[in-house]
Amino acid sequence: MATPAAQLSPSRANVLGATGTFGAALPFLALLVIGVTFPLFGGGYWGVIATRACVYWVLVSGLNLVVGFAGQIAIGWVALLTLGAYTASVLAAGNATPELPPYLALAIAAAVGAVFGLIVGLPALRLRTFYFAITTLGFATIVTQVALAWQSVTGGGVGVAGPSFPPPFDSQWGFYYFCFGLAAICTWMTANVAASRFGRALTAIRDAEVAAEACGIAKPRLLAAVFLFSGAVAGVAGGLFASLQSYITPDAFTLDLSVLFFIAILIGGRGSILGPLLGTILLTVLPEFAAPLVAWSTFLYAVLLLVIVLAIPGGIAEILDFKNRRPLESHRAIIPRPELLDRLIGETPDAGALTLEGVALSFGGVRAIDGLDLAIHPRQVHGLIGPNGSGKTTTLNVISGYYAQQRGAVKLDGAALPAFVRHRRAHLRIARTFQTPRIVGAASVLENVMIGGTIDGDGSFVESLLSLPRHHRDEARLRETAMLALAAVGLERLADVRADRLQHSELRFTEIARALMLRPAFLLLDEPAAGLSADEIERLGALIGAIAKAGTGVLLVEHHADLIFAICHHVTVLNLGKMLAAGMPAEIRSHREVVNAYLGG
Amino acid sequence: MVQSIILSGVAIGCIYALIGVTYNVMFSASRVFSFTAGTLGMLGGVLGSLFIAQIGLPVAAGLFLVLAAAAIFGVVTEIVAVRPVLRSLDQHLYVLSTLALALIVQQFTAIEWGTDARPFPRLLDLARGGFDQQYWLPMLACAAVIVGLELLYRHTLIGHAFLAISEDTYAARALGLPERRLRMASYALAGAIGALAGFAGGEMLLAFFGNAPMLTFYGFVPVALGGMGNNRGAAAAGLMLGLFQQAANFLVGGIFASVAVFAVFIIVLLARPEGLAGAKLQRRV
Repeated sequence: MATPAAQLSPSRANVLGATGTFGAALPFLALLVIGVTFPLFGGGYWGVIATRACVYWVLVSGLNLVVGFAGQIAIGWVALLTLGAYTASVLAAGNATPELPPYLALAIAAAVGAVFGLIVGLPALRLRTFYFAITTLGFATIVTQVALAWQSVTGGGVGVAGPSFPPPFDSQWGFYYFCFGLAAICTWMTANVAASRFGRALTAIRDAEVAAEACGIAKPRLLAAVFLFSGAVAGVAGGLFASLQSYITPDAFTLDLSVLFFIAILIGGRGSILGPLLGTILLTVLPEFAAPLVAWSTFLYAVLLLVIVLAIPGGIAEILDFKNRRPLESHRAIIPRPELLDRLIGETPDAGALTLEGVALSFGGVRAIDGLDLAIHPRQVHGLIGPNGSGKTTTLNVISGYYAQQRGAVKLDGAALPAFVRHRRAHLRIARTFQTPRIVGAASVLENVMIGGTIDGDGSFVESLLSLPRHHRDEARLRETAMLALAAVGLERLADVRADRLQHSELRFTEIARALMLRPAFLLLDEPAAGLSADEIERLGALIGAIAKAGTGVLLVEHHADLIFAICHHVTVLNLGKMLAAGMPAEIRSHREVVNAYLGG
Repeated sequence: MVQSIILSGVAIGCIYALIGVTYNVMFSASRVFSFTAGTLGMLGGVLGSLFIAQIGLPVAAGLFLVLAAAAIFGVVTEIVAVRPVLRSLDQHLYVLSTLALALIVQQFTAIEWGTDARPFPRLLDLARGGFDQQYWLPMLACAAVIVGLELLYRHTLIGHAFLAISEDTYAARALGLPERRLRMASYALAGAIGALAGFAGGEMLLAFFGNAPMLTFYGFVPVALGGMGNNRGAAAAGLMLGLFQQAANFLVGGIFASVAVFAVFIIVLLARPEGLAGAKLQRRV
């Protein structure tokens, strides 16, 4: 067999929406060239527009991580622009403190923005969609009111002068280059994050939150980092905005601006950097081409938003995604290569047993599980079967921490596992799949699998932001492992395909590959054969058998009796939350009660 | 002074409560919170001023037209912003589609009606007094709506059908209820209630396009605190909100009131995301 690197080397998956590294970078390079040479073409007024687009993008780039990647509907982000603008202006003007140099004022604006970004954002950890949206809306209303009322500092309705930067950034083009430079840096940083395990984790939180938890992604920490970053760049954008306007009043910060930022992202497409960048430029420039329409601009943005939501939810990024319009092969077979599993999970030492002792859980009056004992051993496949409603999936959910048992204990190697800290399960190398595959449809198959290895990295969020060496090492390793996992389950040819184009059976194998990224000590499979063809079930059985042989303890919840009896070392039969029988497959197959209750004669 | 704080507080609270009920009526029919709730309140004020003060229609005719127009907007909301989203996989899109629709109407109003607040006509030819019509009209409207909805839900066949839909859409559909038509009827009803809030409270709030986001936010507070779908909870929370806000307005200034309301809102939501009059968690896996 050839060396893994050569054979499995993927065409680098892209996060930017085009083909390959260079293809992905090309539009950005073009924009960079246009931006740098812009003063040669544009007249004075266009300079103001271009500067404004840069300032807006500084904010939108950060907001894009919140809205486009993490999927948090933050519609009142203008509040952070307001805060940044007033902080920078008031400090530079010396209304409340001694006059500060503009750069220091800008830095403090960034800090204030970061803190408030965190404050506005944190409710997102507990509140869902509409609630969070309305919270940010309320915050935006209040910040403007405070700016209006706190006259001694903000100048109230009269306003305050924005900071002016010293040479060489005092001229129109000087200031343009300053803003352009910052916009370029923001583009670079957010593109780095987007292409990192953090960016993928954000999309997982957005589209498959339950799976994200199962992969060990700690939503609070990750979102806190993103809100800090997004708030900081919004603060900087505020300072630049104040300087560009040269004088600010609360009127300058209407909800219309928030709408513009938000819609720029949605028009651009969620989970893309290039799309929202183009969206921001488009929305900033568009009203200038149709002067009579300026009054109608927000109206038109709103119409555009409605059309995008209803007609092309993927936005510009989806339109530009030519690669994924190429038809896929229609008769694709999934041919796993179990021999690769040894390389993937074989090196990790065996864990002790995963045991359930007298576990019970009721929902209201229904006893879902009623005193269940179970032991899963490494290198064995443990089948869990029973009629619908007998408590199989509930058992799996208790093991993976989604439900807390009311009695009894779940122990790993003798130590009790805490309930309700779901993302800690991944650190104990307990992986799972879901009855309905939970996949990030807009990401490639490879990226989906890499999500499974999110906790397996050394670099921090900041290191990814700045593209430092550890970030690259993490990425290279994750990519290699993910290709190996894909090859093992037989999907490596689909690595670069958007996951929502896959067939149902392929999604099931993708989930297994994602779970393998943890090099799991225990793998919990929730009806993996549901919806598969007979051939596929046979290959799935061989794959599961090989996973166990490589050292993993497998819990297999399944209805396909043939599969269970073919590969399980041990079978537990549940009925009404209680154990009906347990033993070797041969014993179960001839167990009178099991045959009567479940298998049929 | 105490009297005027209480009167204006209860009156404003009744308007918030009515917007909260508007949210609830739409929510029970579709499991969707619509950003158009506050827009409906704003339309009640603006259209009322347009029909009665500008065009010069009698009050009763004006009220009828306002309610009819708002009911139509409610139905349009259902058709344009809610129904397509309920069909799609990513149901969170409703936040965006209803936001877009709310903004479209709000911006259209700002352009065609103007961005300045315009006066709302006095509806009844009565002398001004302590317990003025600008205070008791919203209270009357709120009481009438809450009692009316209660009677509708408890004692009429269509009310039972509404309840069935809100309890379990699939089961209701399986029973042969015309789910889509009932949902459209709910949105029409919600439209009329929202506009009635703005109409009855027109003298206090004026005919102003900016009332839309204001009411969208303050009208949602009673829903969040009172528990979604719970009209009585919304009424109680709305009254508390109005009284608190007016008292703080008079005593320590409006900024503090807004900040305090916001802080309470966030804290309650974080502590009890299901509202003070709670409900249970949903099954996720």
